[in-house]
Amino acid sequence: MLNSKRLVLAHFWLAFIVFGIALLLGEWQMFVRSPLNPWISNSELYYRSVTAHGSAMGYVFPTLIAMGFGYAITEFALKKPLIGGRWAWAGLALVAVGAVTAMIPVSLGLASILYTFYPPMIGNPFYYIGVVLVVVGSWIWVALMSINMAAWKRENPGKPVPLAMFANVAGAYLWGWTAVGAAIEVIVLILPVALGLKITIDAGLSRVFFSWTLHAIVYFWLMPTYIAYYTIFPRAIGGRLYSDAMARIAFILFVVVAMPIGVHHLFADPQVGAGFKFIQSVFTAMVALPTLVTIFTICASAELAGRLRGGKGPFGWVAALPWDNPMMLAVTFSFVMLGFGGAGGLINMSYQLDASIHNTQWITGHFHLIFAGAIVIMYFAIAYDLWPHLTGRALNGVRLMKAQLWLWFVGMIVTTFPWHYVGILGMPRRMASYDYADPAIAPQALSVSISVFGGLLLVVSAGLFFAVLIRGHRAAQADPGEYRFSVAVHEPVRVPVALNGFALWLTLMIALTAINYGYPIVQLLALKGNAVPAVYVGAAR
Amino acid sequence: MSAERLFTFRNPWFAAGVGITSAMVVLSLIAGFVVLPYAATNSQLTSLWDAICSAAGVPRATVISETAKPDFTTSSVIMNPQMFGVPDTRSVGRGATLAMQCAICHGSNRQGQVDTPNLEGQPAAAIYKELRDFKAGARINAIMSPFAVKLSEQDMLDLASYYSYLPRQPGSHPDSAVDAPPVVARGAPMRNIPTCSSCHGTTDAKLGTPWLDGQSAVYIKAQLQAFASGTRRNDISEQMRNIARQMTSTEIDEAARYFASRP
Repeated sequence: MLNSKRLVLAHFWLAFIVFGIALLLGEWQMFVRSPLNPWISNSELYYRSVTAHGSAMGYVFPTLIAMGFGYAITEFALKKPLIGGRWAWAGLALVAVGAVTAMIPVSLGLASILYTFYPPMIGNPFYYIGVVLVVVGSWIWVALMSINMAAWKRENPGKPVPLAMFANVAGAYLWGWTAVGAAIEVIVLILPVALGLKITIDAGLSRVFFSWTLHAIVYFWLMPTYIAYYTIFPRAIGGRLYSDAMARIAFILFVVVAMPIGVHHLFADPQVGAGFKFIQSVFTAMVALPTLVTIFTICASAELAGRLRGGKGPFGWVAALPWDNPMMLAVTFSFVMLGFGGAGGLINMSYQLDASIHNTQWITGHFHLIFAGAIVIMYFAIAYDLWPHLTGRALNGVRLMKAQLWLWFVGMIVTTFPWHYVGILGMPRRMASYDYADPAIAPQALSVSISVFGGLLLVVSAGLFFAVLIRGHRAAQADPGEYRFSVAVHEPVRVPVALNGFALWLTLMIALTAINYGYPIVQLLALKGNAVPAVYVGAAR
Repeated sequence: MSAERLFTFRNPWFAAGVGITSAMVVLSLIAGFVVLPYAATNSQLTSLWDAICSAAGVPRATVISETAKPDFTTSSVIMNPQMFGVPDTRSVGRGATLAMQCAICHGSNRQGQVDTPNLEGQPAAAIYKELRDFKAGARINAIMSPFAVKLSEQDMLDLASYYSYLPRQPGSHPDSAVDAPPVVARGAPMRNIPTCSSCHGTTDAKLGTPWLDGQSAVYIKAQLQAFASGTRRNDISEQMRNIARQMTSTEIDEAARYFASRP
């Protein structure tokens, strides 16, 4: 039962179109700054592209996936029509209008400030207004997810909220709160300067607010992936979810500790005290916990499936798994990338280890491996899994899907491993060009060139992905049957109130935010003389 | 089940959630605000409260209270982007009158002496800053300094308005065959040299930087050499001195020739 097929499809298609364009920009960036190409002699064009790539991939693409997937989950899991369908369309319209509004000044070179804004650089106000519209559109989704879950709970008192919906709402709440930081930064600090009402800006405070958003946004991107791990993967490989309660606890842990840890992005910034950096480093370490719980639970679920399929012995069940199933492949690749990316992340979050790789190409490698690798490969898998239910047509071409997933996995490894390596060699990130003729940089040339070919594989993989989806729209009509989520080994009949709602966990999240961010923000607000003159980007030359 | 109360310590989930979180907060507070500040080998903490304040990032007076004073006059010009917003026609007019004495050396229509910069169409901030620096003695030139000393604050603003009001003149020796040399196009990251365009226009125009296209090669070379040798030091954050010191003499020649060849 899916009443909002067109709504979900619209979200997915807009997301993937944005993704396709931004992917090409990314590959172009890698090419022009590699030794394979003489420098284009215009770093402004490069930064324009980086801004478009980052804004599209960071703000628009995953937000639309989370929204579309969230609407699908609402109807599939709650087995009732979505409440607020018109609002959902309005939210989509806001995201679309916001994306276009932001991209016009970027294309014109009036907002080449990268998606992380980087005050005191100030771009055209329409860029920020566009980003705010995207966020407001997504907040409509946050509200709708909350309303739909609340309505279901009223109608089904005492029953456990289906895990997929519970996790979906966890992601919505996490995003609702985490977006507040960047929203404050843009609306209160940046926009008055961009509009010319002020000419100075407190760059340090802006960065603190941005860090509020910058880390947990990754967990918001991650949510659809984790939902797919728990609620699609075990069913897709013919097994059962090992534990419903562990899944709920993992999502709850994300809600509580994913947000108040963003200061680890500011380890090299002087405006936050070392004590607060340390606390947030400790809580960042805690975020590894829900991921470890997830890896355990999902591997256990896979073991169940392997043994149900006749696998024996300590490792025989691995061989018995359905390796020709795209979902099996996608989750495996996702876990491998999550493993490497997570290991790199442990280095980033360590106050002292961070110093050796801060602001190097290592960081770019890290977040591409996690987001573009572990997360996005599951977005593909989610699309493959949902497509027949959205189109009412069979999605054929398993070989094509597997080739696509393989290419994405190999491409992402070939792209990001060299980035990590040159990062250790000291290659700074966010630079438009490198003089590879310099003996000090020359050893990096080979690695950088290899990563360009990795990017090429990613472009080919995306091409295959679009081919599969488009073929899905043209295939013969077929009834996909009822959409099912994974069933737990022990299906929950009753769950404690704490695991069936978010009141306690949201309270803890806000309390932790107050502890971890309260003093640094108040202190910066109270200090006078922090503001620096704005640097207007794209102003008259 | 609806009778199950959540916000009470009798609920094990509440007790565990709040308890574990609080314990972690307390432990990391003790470690981050007390243990680690004292563990620092160079710690100069006088009390526990001092340790907590230092970890919280409370600004404190540094132990070394005296800073070294330079033995030369430094630039003290403070500008903001709105100082030179809309050109005021009366200011432009006054500037035009004052500028008659500038034309002796700087000429008009790009016909000045090769060892002077062309001023037509320069950003107002660049003109104003250099005049202020000449007047204060932060930049010294045997011919220019005596002129600047006589100028009032308003005179300097007027001259800035006037020259920024004039259209940029075409270069004297345009030559499209001269490609941007690597040091101009790419800079040299390993030597901390950014591209010229990251401050002087095209990519970004930082407040107070002059427009370089079409300037005389002799003048650009002389200024780069002056920055490198330290005879010119009115770049507030030492950015031009740091760049020029890292440039080879060939690169200085190439950059000067390139900008002189620009239309």
